[in-house]
Amino acid sequence: MATQFKIDGLKAAIEGKDILKGINLEIKGGEVHAIMGPNGTGKSTLASALMGHPKYEVTDGEVILDGENLLEMGVDERARAGLFLGMQYPSEISGVTNSDFLRSAINARREEGKEISLIKFIRQMEGKMKELEMNPEFAHRYLNEGFSGGEKKRNEILQMMMLDPKIVVLDEIDSGLDIDALKIVANGVNAMRSEDRGFLIITHYQRLLNYIKPDFVHVMMQGRIVKSGGPELAERLENEGYDWVKDELGIVDETVGQV
Amino acid sequence: MSTQLSTPVNRQTVSALSQSKGEPAWLEELRIKGAELAETLEWPTPEKVRISRWNLAAIGNHTSQTRISSVSELPSSASELAAGAQAGLVVQRNSTSVHSQLSAELAAKGVIFTDLETAAREHGDLVQKYLFQVVPQDENKLTALQSAIWNGGVFLYVPKNVEIELPLQALFYSDDAGAVFAPRVLLVAENHSRVTYVDNVVSEHGEGAESLAKQSIVEVIVKPGAHVRYATVHHMSANVIDLTVRRAVVENDGIIEWVIGDLHDGHTMSDTQSLLKGKGANSDAKVISIGTNSQQMSLTTGAVHFGRNTESSMVTRAVMKDQATAIINGITKIEKGATKSNGVQAEKVLMLSPKARGDANPILLIDEDDVKAGHAASVGQVNPEQVYYLMSRGISKKDAERLIIHGFLAPVVSEIPIDAVKEQLQRLLERKLEG
Ligand SMILES: Nc1ncnc2c1ncn2[C@@H]1O[C@H](COP(=O)(O)OP(=O)(O)OP(=O)(O)O)[C@@H](O)[C@H]1O
Ligand SMILES: [Mg+2]
Repeated sequence: MATQFKIDGLKAAIEGKDILKGINLEIKGGEVHAIMGPNGTGKSTLASALMGHPKYEVTDGEVILDGENLLEMGVDERARAGLFLGMQYPSEISGVTNSDFLRSAINARREEGKEISLIKFIRQMEGKMKELEMNPEFAHRYLNEGFSGGEKKRNEILQMMMLDPKIVVLDEIDSGLDIDALKIVANGVNAMRSEDRGFLIITHYQRLLNYIKPDFVHVMMQGRIVKSGGPELAERLENEGYDWVKDELGIVDETVGQV
Repeated sequence: MSTQLSTPVNRQTVSALSQSKGEPAWLEELRIKGAELAETLEWPTPEKVRISRWNLAAIGNHTSQTRISSVSELPSSASELAAGAQAGLVVQRNSTSVHSQLSAELAAKGVIFTDLETAAREHGDLVQKYLFQVVPQDENKLTALQSAIWNGGVFLYVPKNVEIELPLQALFYSDDAGAVFAPRVLLVAENHSRVTYVDNVVSEHGEGAESLAKQSIVEVIVKPGAHVRYATVHHMSANVIDLTVRRAVVENDGIIEWVIGDLHDGHTMSDTQSLLKGKGANSDAKVISIGTNSQQMSLTTGAVHFGRNTESSMVTRAVMKDQATAIINGITKIEKGATKSNGVQAEKVLMLSPKARGDANPILLIDEDDVKAGHAASVGQVNPEQVYYLMSRGISKKDAERLIIHGFLAPVVSEIPIDAVKEQLQRLLERKLEG
């Protein structure tokens, strides 16, 4: 059965401030959805609330992945259920090598006693790193420590490829990438497109969407999806900015949670 | 303050002890001197830890143990730690050295590796020349008392230009909480020699064992151009108080490297210093520690720069659980005249419990202008953002925290010179962290 992912009336607050005001979105396996929107409109909050970041309190709504309610699960369980979030600001973890980390993540999905063999793991990791044109030494570097902005993003994509998720949320995966890296990352994502995988791509730039063709584009303002359309919507936003959307909808301040 | 020791230490008792060991007269005199000094001197007073409140009087009684011809005669927990020693091995059980072995190849090169008691009888001139020179008897009650009652121990002598590839190993093992356990290590590396020495200090006392105050002192002499790597892992049970002083004197262009695993379960005073006497002398100290239950620890690393162009680096990483307390001192002292010297230190503490305490005290004492010195100290908790990040990849909370804690200790663990010791240390870390 193709992947079914449904966000229904999702509301979330941080430190008592309501940020998400009711998000509705359905993603089917094989689809790529893009979310665009000005700064501070709740895009990353949506990503964090889906993943279950402890600071974000979900106050209403449901998130169903293949019949399972993600909101009832812990962060690690959501990941094992098939959700992947490529973060806008990935953490740095000193002393833990990239490869030890990834192997732990893979083994967390396997039963005890059925861990991936070291040889097989290394072969897989080296293969994926090659696809992403990453220097093999990054396998032995401490997780994200001292990585440049672009290297961190590439490392997020490496993790996505290794973990084979069902729903991939990428939060500004294009920020900090030079044009070559952008193509490499986009190729990585495109190679992962399949009937049983859906994508939600948060970006500010049409440029990324030239390489990863979205099926749907949504605009987020004030903690809601205020407009949806096809790829042409992204192009118009790129050319004209957001003012026309605001005018159309009578929005003065598009941000959310500001006083 | 007078302390009623569990076994009397005075002129008569140490004289009798020395004679029972068949020691040369000079050593008997030194033991007597130590006993007499101990009567008047005070216990050391490390920062913020009142060690005089610990049961320091419980030094045990002098016992004896039969020699063994192979480590397989030891209980398996101990023999495992000595397995795989190829170049040389010295084993002490309770108050007595029970085994020593050195490869024929190294013996032929003039290397001496045996217990210190045997060395004092068989290589008296050498031992007399260096013993108590780096850690003087009259410094405090601990140095005096230990110089009077020490037993077993190790003497390692590496002649000029001899480079030893494989590590020399020692095992200090206590399975009788009533026995004096006071190993003393004397290591002399002659000009341009090179050696790695590793010891394990362990106990197996069982439930409800009485207190034992274990005292050990390590003296290292690094002659010009010599390079000594000293790795040590302490992990005795909670009834044992571990008092350890380690000190190296480093001459011109010599190098001392310390790798210290203070994984003991009981109260601990661990004091490791390098005296950089010669120009171009170099010291590198790495310490890891895990505090559990209500143990109290005073962990000090120090480097004193006397020579020009001397360099020191000190790194301590400690993880504190439960109600454990650790006071971690890093002391970089640069004397007048030690121009172009550089001393850096970093102490980091990771707190896993709100009831634990960890203080990091970097202390820089600099009497020379033309130098560099740096320090960093931090006390923190496991970062919840990092836990979230790892969990977002499917790793359980428990495993995420474990990865982060091991990562915190990795800069020291990865430096352990011997794989077997590294693995053993990993197991101990695991045990102390899980337990
Ligand atoms: N951890 C937090 N603490 C306090 N406020 C927060 C936190 N995270 C988000 N917010 C607030 O929530 C609002 C939405 O932020 P969010 O990061 O979701 O925006 P965004 O749409 O991703 O913006 P950008 O395009 O700049 O990445 C902002 O006002 C922000 O300040
Ligand atoms: Mg954002």
